[in-house]
Amino acid sequence: MVKAEERDILVEIRDLCVRYQTRLGPVSAVEDVSFDIYQGEILGLVGESGCGKSTLGKALMRLLPPTTSIQGRVLFDGEDVLEFDEDQLRDFRGRAISMIFQDPMTSLNPVQKIDEHLVEAIQVHEPETEKHPALERIHTLVERLGIQKERISDYPHQLSGGMRQRIMIGLGLVLNPSLIIADEATTSLDVIVEAKLLDQLREILDEFGVSILVITHNIALVAELADRLAVMYAGCLAELGSIYEIFDKPLHPYTRGLLRSVPSIELDEREELYKMPGEPPNLTYPPSGCRFHPRCPEAMPICSRLAPTLQEVKSDQMVNCWLYQDHPEKKAPTIKVKS
Amino acid sequence: MNDQGIENPGSRENLVEARDLKKWFPIQTGLLERLMARRVEHVHAVDGVSFNIRKGEVLGLAGESGSGKTTTGKLVIRLEEPTEGTVHFDGQDLGALKSEELRKMRRRMQVIFQDPMASLNPRMTIGEAIQHPLQIHFPKEASSHKEMIYDICDKVGLTPPQFFVDKYPHQVSGGQRQRVVIARALVTHPDLVLADEPIAMADVSVRALLLDLMIDLKNELNLTYLFITHDLATAKYICDRIGIMYLGRLVEIGDLRDVYSNPLNPYTHALLAAVPVPNPHHRRTETMPSGEIPDAINPPKGCRFHPRCTYAQASCSEVEPELRELKPGHFVACHYAEQFL
Repeated sequence: MVKAEERDILVEIRDLCVRYQTRLGPVSAVEDVSFDIYQGEILGLVGESGCGKSTLGKALMRLLPPTTSIQGRVLFDGEDVLEFDEDQLRDFRGRAISMIFQDPMTSLNPVQKIDEHLVEAIQVHEPETEKHPALERIHTLVERLGIQKERISDYPHQLSGGMRQRIMIGLGLVLNPSLIIADEATTSLDVIVEAKLLDQLREILDEFGVSILVITHNIALVAELADRLAVMYAGCLAELGSIYEIFDKPLHPYTRGLLRSVPSIELDEREELYKMPGEPPNLTYPPSGCRFHPRCPEAMPICSRLAPTLQEVKSDQMVNCWLYQDHPEKKAPTIKVKS
Repeated sequence: MNDQGIENPGSRENLVEARDLKKWFPIQTGLLERLMARRVEHVHAVDGVSFNIRKGEVLGLAGESGSGKTTTGKLVIRLEEPTEGTVHFDGQDLGALKSEELRKMRRRMQVIFQDPMASLNPRMTIGEAIQHPLQIHFPKEASSHKEMIYDICDKVGLTPPQFFVDKYPHQVSGGQRQRVVIARALVTHPDLVLADEPIAMADVSVRALLLDLMIDLKNELNLTYLFITHDLATAKYICDRIGIMYLGRLVEIGDLRDVYSNPLNPYTHALLAAVPVPNPHHRRTETMPSGEIPDAINPPKGCRFHPRCTYAQASCSEVEPELRELKPGHFVACHYAEQFL
């Protein structure tokens, strides 16, 4: 793996906050998240359901409903995506960033043949491309993905689940974007098909030199695939670093607990799973201070009062936890005694 | 099917003995097609499965979607009528029971489904949901229902019970909802619990706690579980024995440690190798079999895995392998399994 300092930054995300308006009040789904995505890397973004990982992915592509409030900056090649107008967005989506969703059956048009869909995707973004050259490009791509080119004149329901998911990946790659966001892209597949697809995906990504943000709840999958890992909890980024650093020496108590609570197939691995107390919070009323403090075995008085920030602890590993940060209040007593 | 092959001499008593279970679902077609068609086609969801569940054990059934594991579970507790085959529960043939006798027997077999939100009535309070099986099975003991509900709530960790019994399912968290479903299944003190992907919907950080709860309850209440899952890593933490299913057939069954450390069926081997390991230093190097699970309407002739199997030989496409005991208690359905010993 290339050292972080030597790598080019593709996307810079700074102080990103996303709030949904609901009947019960605003929900802060993404709270003050900052990180970079490097060129050509596979970055895993893991977290439990409702932690804001999908919202974050959609915010990068500006796919959130207009009522959502988004603050911060998303710099893609130096330009702020959050400032784009509709025309710029259309050009940006597909060509610069594309997204692979979880469920191909709901993302593919059931009454459109696969090749028509792919041609349309090309022609929307490159109106000058004729149908034939577009089809040729598609044929090369789908054969690269392990699908016979005859099959793409089928309708989505005629293909198997694994093939449909490959088509989704093809749709993501067809315009040669610099970044692909894969949101639970293989979750609906069975393990053998998933493993096979991941092998192919890894090869193709190397070949195309594209960066990929893998959003998933499956920690084992990220361990197989990713170069770096970002862990989200309750809308905040808890920890960020190289996959080896984080798995070998997780620093945030949430990451530590999470990694020890995931069952492993390996027989000689630890037999006891860590049983994390409590459940993820409701983000309409997030806990004060650090959002993990009610479940944290190492919570200190300061944790319930002030939120820590994401800070670099060692090279290429950042953590959002008071254990690794100084603050004048950190050592202050909880209850002030009257003098 | 060779019954002897499944029997384990000198083993503990069997709570369930399933023999040659088959479940074929007819395919729904339009009227015209039905008139024109020569014969009705069937989905062979379960196609000749035999196994025992010993008293007090956790038997896992694992496989990919479409392998028939859920249908097998439903056949065992007779939520589905088998097309062929028998299930003996504690020595009694469930198929021979009259409906009233079967209803009485149901007290002893309960079920936990995957999605707690879908298996709880949103308009029933948690207390009412847990009381429902008591009203059905113990209508005469109405005066002690409250005590039984509080007792089981305590056991599953819905404490204090009075805080939960008047709440509705949407008012509690996902993990607590799954505890309600567990409480409802256990309140009648069953012997067998069919747990169909019981923790798959729960958050990752909550799963370990639920798994632990299920193990504790099993020991405390002397339960036997039939644990159905697609997640082989989770199965490792709870199952004593495991059966692997492929396209309606049991392809391997045995002690979990035996099966995991020395899988004798090429399919089991691939399935185990495909499971991602939460350790970036152990990235998988094995190549995966190509293709996907074929459709169960016209399953491949011979061994159903042969079109995807790297070890397949000519006879594999002709003769369907039966389960054979290659090691004590470790059965496999593969003609050429000896080479993996």
